[in-house]
Amino acid sequence: MVESLFARIALRVASVLTLAFIYLPLLVIALYAFNDGRTQAWPIDGLTLKWFGKALDNPGARDALFTSLKAGLGATALALLLGSLAAFAVQRYRFFGRETVSFLVILPIALPGIVTGMALNATFRTVFEPFGVGLGLFTVIVGHATFCIVVVYNNVVARLRRLSRSIEEASMDLGADTWQTFRNVTLPAIRTALLAGGLLAFALSFDEIIVTNFTAGDQQTLPLWIFTNLSRPNQLPIVNVVAVLVVLLSAIPVYIAQRLTQEPTSVAAPAAAAAGAKQ
Amino acid sequence: MPPDELAATPPRSSAGRRLATFLYGHPRLQLGLLLAAPMGWLVLAYLGSLAVLFLAAFWRLDPFTATVVHDLGFDNFRTLWNTDVYRRIALRTIGIAAAVTLTDAILAFPIAYYMARVASRRVRGLLLVAILMPLWSSYLVKVYAWRTMLQEGGVVNWALDPIGLKGPGFGNVATWLVFSYLWLPFMILPVYAGLERIPSSLIEASGDLGAKAGRTFREIVLPLAFPAVVAGSIFTFSLTLGDYITPQLVSNNQFVGNVVYDNVGVANNLPFAAAFATVPVVVMIAYLLIARRLGAFESL
Repeated sequence: MVESLFARIALRVASVLTLAFIYLPLLVIALYAFNDGRTQAWPIDGLTLKWFGKALDNPGARDALFTSLKAGLGATALALLLGSLAAFAVQRYRFFGRETVSFLVILPIALPGIVTGMALNATFRTVFEPFGVGLGLFTVIVGHATFCIVVVYNNVVARLRRLSRSIEEASMDLGADTWQTFRNVTLPAIRTALLAGGLLAFALSFDEIIVTNFTAGDQQTLPLWIFTNLSRPNQLPIVNVVAVLVVLLSAIPVYIAQRLTQEPTSVAAPAAAAAGAKQ
Repeated sequence: MPPDELAATPPRSSAGRRLATFLYGHPRLQLGLLLAAPMGWLVLAYLGSLAVLFLAAFWRLDPFTATVVHDLGFDNFRTLWNTDVYRRIALRTIGIAAAVTLTDAILAFPIAYYMARVASRRVRGLLLVAILMPLWSSYLVKVYAWRTMLQEGGVVNWALDPIGLKGPGFGNVATWLVFSYLWLPFMILPVYAGLERIPSSLIEASGDLGAKAGRTFREIVLPLAFPAVVAGSIFTFSLTLGDYITPQLVSNNQFVGNVVYDNVGVANNLPFAAAFATVPVVVMIAYLLIARRLGAFESL
């Protein structure tokens, strides 16, 4: 330890202040969800649970919740499939353009959201609509999957890198074929990485709004429902409750994913994204 | 050696087994099958969309029929360059993105340093989770929380009132504040990773050679951590450039994203939207090239 006692104390105080800065706004909005009054003034009038019941009875919010769940699950499934395929290809083979794969996977999340949203919007409208598939749940899933691939990919690549090939070779030497080896050896070894990647993909999809806004058509995901109801003062008490729900449903998966992997760098896909070219 | 020869029991002979054997002998085919779906999607659909979008920037909208004319030309870019409003919006967006990046770099450093070099293993783990959770979740809720806090009767004014101050209200200051808040975790993590990689021996050596803490920080820690700060700044910068929700919720001022969004939706002028969207993309490409020169990619 080189830092002086004074420096250590100062750093600790600064860290506590930074954490407070990060979490206070979320706490404030959580408190508002229990606010007895109808207005958004501070300090709040008193505590009540009545808005939770009202929020559950709100058909718009309920529909939006189901749409969000469906979109999140669909996007997660697609991202799991595409992300692990790409991860196996990059980690197990040497080929021309290998570095481009990492770059391509990261691109949808590295480019400004508005660009991805607009590009997908234009493509969906010109390519899908002639086939009778308008903007809706399907296009939301496809759009979300595009930028969710990266989190699955990063987690699986990180795991495969540490997984020794020799245990797979041993399995094959003992007579298992490719499928048996995959099912009994490889899959159990990467299972938690897949789960972590999937949870992150779900969290990412569940509260995305920038790309969603371009691809949803008249469908409303939970963030879009919040966004449209912000301008209606009557609805704000319910918006507060829904906001808390969104925080919980997107933060809990992240927490579990972090516990599962214990590899902070693979959860911090954006940070890893900058290193993408290095893969 | 083919696995079958070593099997103790005679292998099952099924279609799946035959396919496995066939694939085993054709690694290129395996690779092709693995890559077909993800690359098919990302190259054809995503890169294809981006290419068409870029092309669309050179199309124009017929003002009388409101249909897109597929002639290539620089009309949109001329409009952008010659219209004061658009120039101001572009400069405002880039300016606030720069201010946010600087703010986050300063705010991120102490906690990242604490995590990397002072905290115990356990505390470090807890802090990592505490910073990762808000990084991935609740973007809109956070903006909404700030909107609630910054409004006339909100928490900020309530807290500042006893010391005779008033909150910034809605506007550019609020936008800067909320963006800095939103992207702070994206800066903390790379800076933490960068600081953790600095060997303690370098810092000890600097002290042994007589440098005071301040000088060690300036001449050893800062230069070695700088690429990590640049890596973090890629996110703070890019995320600010592409946003249109935050400016709409906490200010009345437009960002590039707002103009783009309105032109896609309300005005249905895709060519102009595409042209304006090239501004953040070009800025980001330039930024990434500079970042690479500064070693940001190697630092992660």
